[in-house]
Amino acid sequence: MTQPQVLDLYFMDARSKLIDLAAFLDRVERATGEDDFRIKAFREALKALSAHGPEKAKQVLLVFSDPTTDPIPAATTKAASGAWPGNVE
Amino acid sequence: MRYIEPHAHMVSRVTDDYVKMTLAGCAAVCEPAFWAGFDRSSADGFYDYFCQLTEHEPKRAAKFGLPHFSWLCINPKESEDVKLAEEVIALIPKFLDRPNVLGIGEIGLNKNSRNELRVLEMHVDLAARHNQLILVHTPHLEDKLKGTRLIVDVLKADKRIQPGRVIIDHVEEHTVKLVLDSGMWAGMTLYPESKCSPPRAVDMVEVYGDERVWMNCACDWGVSDPLAVPKTALEMKKRGHSPDTIDRLVFGNPAKFLGQCAKFKI
Repeated sequence: MTQPQVLDLYFMDARSKLIDLAAFLDRVERATGEDDFRIKAFREALKALSAHGPEKAKQVLLVFSDPTTDPIPAATTKAASGAWPGNVE
Repeated sequence: MRYIEPHAHMVSRVTDDYVKMTLAGCAAVCEPAFWAGFDRSSADGFYDYFCQLTEHEPKRAAKFGLPHFSWLCINPKESEDVKLAEEVIALIPKFLDRPNVLGIGEIGLNKNSRNELRVLEMHVDLAARHNQLILVHTPHLEDKLKGTRLIVDVLKADKRIQPGRVIIDHVEEHTVKLVLDSGMWAGMTLYPESKCSPPRAVDMVEVYGDERVWMNCACDWGVSDPLAVPKTALEMKKRGHSPDTIDRLVFGNPAKFLGQCAKFKI
């Protein structure tokens, strides 16, 4: 596809999501309490959006990912939180 | 349009979903064993579940002319209890000859623990001993990258396993190349919030090609969409992909992989 075709198809959707992100950050900043590892990772991921170069989706996913390689001793929960604490804490 | 839904947890869905999927062109649905949303208290619970997957659910799908296939295992979310896993894995061989069973799945990892890894190895051994196809679940969110690496290492270390008979599901932009480079198939799971959206899935196909790739909805008891595959086909059409290309991705590719099991006939 040409760039105008991509923009015709996806610009309004992406614009809407970008405003949702901005509103989410406003909401977090209006709320009381300290930043936790999730919002710290989120802010790190936002930097990847502004960087020049390909594979921005991959870079964002890597910011949130556990980069270690050894299995953990035991699973104490089934859930994932969306960000790995060790990347920002 | 015709498509195959290669990964859907229909036991969690209402009958209306079978109607919608059939109307949308679904030609077959495949159901891997998974976590019920709660831990089963004994192997007996799995025995009943395997009966549901191999007896009851195919009958429910057949009411709409839809062939139903299944995969068997104990899901990684219940793999921390190795003793329970051993008991469940011991049940599986007696179900493997049932006419709708395609292989072992969805095995894999959840939190990337030592016990999960041990149970994954037990499942891989079971598949190798019985010459079964393998369908692999990769972990969620922050655990996916590490888990995918560990899973690929386990599968590559077992020389009895042919990479072309393994599909590693739930790939995203940071894991798809790792999987495809291993010679295994990659599954893209289309979810409203996590995993992969239809536009992102089509992006990955455009970047990495459509060889050894399938798409699935993995609809279950959570937020999920049983029509995600046909909606992704529409996404491809909007971008100008040809009907042949779309058909290859949503029908031809899953038929090719699943057809490695002689029981997959549609």
